[in-house]
Amino acid sequence: MDLVLQLLFTGIGIGSVYALVALGFVLIFRATNVVNFAQGEFSMVAAYLMVVCAVDLALPYWLSFIIALAGMAVIGVIFNLGVYYPLRHRTYLPVIIATIGASILMANGVLALYGPQPQVLQGWFDTPGIQLGPVYLDNQYLLIIAVTLALVVFNWWFFERTMIGKKLQATSQDKEMASLLGISVSTMIMITFIYSAVLGGLAGILVAPILFVSIQMGATIALKAFAATIIGGFGDVTGAIIGGIALGVIETFGAAYISVPYKDGFAFLVLVLFLIFRPQGIFGERVAEKA
Amino acid sequence: MSTTENIQSVADIARPKPLLIRHAPYFIGAAILVFLAASMRFDGYILNILMQATTFAIAVFGLSVVLGLCGQINLAQAAFFGFGAYAVGLGTTDYQLNYWLCLFGGCAMALAAGALLGLSTLRLGGHYLAMVTISFQQIITLIMINAIWLTKGPDGVSKIGRPSIFLSSQAYLAFCVAVLAIVGYLVWHLPDTRLGRAMRAVRDNELAAGVNGIDVFRTKIYAFAICALLGGLGGGLFAGGFAYISPDQFSFAESIVFLTMSLLGGVASPIGSAIGTGLLILIPEWLRFLKSVPGLYLAIYGLSVILIIRFMPDGIWGWVSTAYDRLRPPKKVMPSTAPLVLKPAATGDEMVLRVTGLSKHFGGLKAVDEVDIAVHRGGVHALIGPNGSGKTTTLNVLSGLYEATSGKVVLDGTDVTTMQPHLRAAAGLGRTFQNIRLFRSMTALENVVIGAERPGNTLVGNGNHTALTERALAALTFVGLGSRANELISSFSYGHQRLIEIARALAGNPTLLLLDEPAAGLNSSEKLELHELLKRIAAQGLTILIIDHDMTLVSEAAQHITVLNFGRRIADGESMAVLRHPDVVSAYLGTA
Repeated sequence: MDLVLQLLFTGIGIGSVYALVALGFVLIFRATNVVNFAQGEFSMVAAYLMVVCAVDLALPYWLSFIIALAGMAVIGVIFNLGVYYPLRHRTYLPVIIATIGASILMANGVLALYGPQPQVLQGWFDTPGIQLGPVYLDNQYLLIIAVTLALVVFNWWFFERTMIGKKLQATSQDKEMASLLGISVSTMIMITFIYSAVLGGLAGILVAPILFVSIQMGATIALKAFAATIIGGFGDVTGAIIGGIALGVIETFGAAYISVPYKDGFAFLVLVLFLIFRPQGIFGERVAEKA
Repeated sequence: MSTTENIQSVADIARPKPLLIRHAPYFIGAAILVFLAASMRFDGYILNILMQATTFAIAVFGLSVVLGLCGQINLAQAAFFGFGAYAVGLGTTDYQLNYWLCLFGGCAMALAAGALLGLSTLRLGGHYLAMVTISFQQIITLIMINAIWLTKGPDGVSKIGRPSIFLSSQAYLAFCVAVLAIVGYLVWHLPDTRLGRAMRAVRDNELAAGVNGIDVFRTKIYAFAICALLGGLGGGLFAGGFAYISPDQFSFAESIVFLTMSLLGGVASPIGSAIGTGLLILIPEWLRFLKSVPGLYLAIYGLSVILIIRFMPDGIWGWVSTAYDRLRPPKKVMPSTAPLVLKPAATGDEMVLRVTGLSKHFGGLKAVDEVDIAVHRGGVHALIGPNGSGKTTTLNVLSGLYEATSGKVVLDGTDVTTMQPHLRAAAGLGRTFQNIRLFRSMTALENVVIGAERPGNTLVGNGNHTALTERALAALTFVGLGSRANELISSFSYGHQRLIEIARALAGNPTLLLLDEPAAGLNSSEKLELHELLKRIAAQGLTILIIDHDMTLVSEAAQHITVLNFGRRIADGESMAVLRHPDVVSAYLGTA
């Protein structure tokens, strides 16, 4: 029982990271109808920015954090202008191929610049964690869960209660109508990319102290986050968060009770099961193409 | 240049020179290559490069089928390549099996894996497929590395065998080149076969493919399975060629290399695949110094993918062939002299279509609510109603694009309520779309040939090329566009595109033709032509169910009208009576 609780805690913690990246996926998908296959690389790049600032340059942690997130905002802009925007009038296939290209470019660009050795990044806190009854609560996991919760609330407030959030929603629902109402669609898409890149970056920075900072972390996280969006229901914000957490829990239990080397395979298994038996996910409704 | 030499007749299009003669140069060229591969004295380095290029090209051909022809993505080609390679590798070493058996087994495994993966995903959108193939690739890599009892893990498999008749490297290379030539030939001609046309139709417009009788899901699975099969074949040959394999040769990075090869050369043609493969094997050899920095090399690949997609979406060969086609105007076609024959089937009673209690709800919205429609055989029946009254939704439920919430649809005696679009097409349903849905990368003729291929079309004999072409050309001539059959869709005006869509439906000799706002966007003279065309169609006994807003057209063409408002039927009956019906007048003009 103790082990179960412990695993549950760990699973929710790691699942929160997937949820944040999945959220970035969903926001871009809703704004542009494109799945951004480089979403995981945003996390990886941000983690490396942290390593450069906090470890190599020995800047204060909070300053490194701000620099890394600012860097992600810039990358969001470049990504939009370089990868999405020129292809926006084409079908989805060229765009996803371009995002795959961007993902390869980012992962291997970092590899070329920084070398293959995985890096270690300290957590935010100096103390490791607290013991609560039978469960040991690692501080970094607590932080991840807290940040995710805060972001879920922020996200709701931002999209439902602010004008810019409403404009973003209008853009994702009907670009033509939105632009007729005087909303600058290209600005909204730009904001979406920046926000998603920062979200992905945040996830990467949070998870970095738990995992090693490596070139592969982006692809791994992206895979999980995508599975999370399918489990939750494609294009659904709540679904992405619940799907992410569910996946983290499933994976943690799978690794503990079934097999460690195939830990990354469980996401795929769950993904395929959902695709076969409930392709619309937990919350989603499949929408037919309009004839 | 308007001389006769530039005009093709049906016979020319349908029956060019015999296949054997037309394709002889290809086989002579291939035979020369095989001979050169077998007889020239290469040093080991060159031999390795050629071996790699040959086996990789076969895998890249697979991508040209799935991505180029069918528009589906596969990011796990290296995994399928690995199936073939490991089957040959482990089979000839650990299990001491015959090489041919291993090669066959590897291909079969790749084919089965591809089909299964496709079965689970291809009903959904392309994004799913991309992510699922990436996941699949990762799983296969995990297994190759971790299942040491089976795959020997990261150490890889060495001392892989070859067939006894191709023991020397040169002989084996010649064998691989021969296989490449045969596969290349098949892939080259695939687009002109029924399956290939179906793939292109699915790529261009899935909905239109479905209502023209193409089983979209099955076509995608075939494409995906063929791609996986070619991956397995290439991998099996690769293993024999290099005698050593290890998991890193079949990683996700390699899948991206395959993809880049395909995109660079031109995804639409095997020639492009060959060019792309050759370049991406040679260029890295010239730029070996880049390999000293890990990652740099793949980073450049990633960048090239973005740049190719942005600036050269059709790849090198696509660019060359477009430039070539621009220099050579399409050949004019002699319009068909044979008139278009329509022989709508008549197995049921006097009602061609009987719709009872049909409803379609979207959540709480009752878009179509308990609607009954009975369409008499051999007439023009109109379905009218104000905007948002549920007309197009009704048509979409009738053709199977939406699932009915309740109710029953009987077409010519067959209950089609739960059938998929392609099966309804086979049962005799033809349709056009409000927003024109043609296969835009194809010529008018190719579009209409797909219509003529409708399963259940009895007027094209056994469906051979000549019969289909003649039928398609007759249909195009019927709508007045016979002489422009060889032009691409994009060169036709909006009104002409509507006519091509009608011709496509007519070519299939449907039992019932659904026309969704055919007059929308047409100018007055085009509307007159359309009216004329409807008369000529009806004169041959084909029943039409038409939706339109043009009251003049509707009242003149239709004998029978059904009126919808807010998803419900508010009037039904003989045209003039219905149009005077007070409910109809108030629905259109508002109550006084």
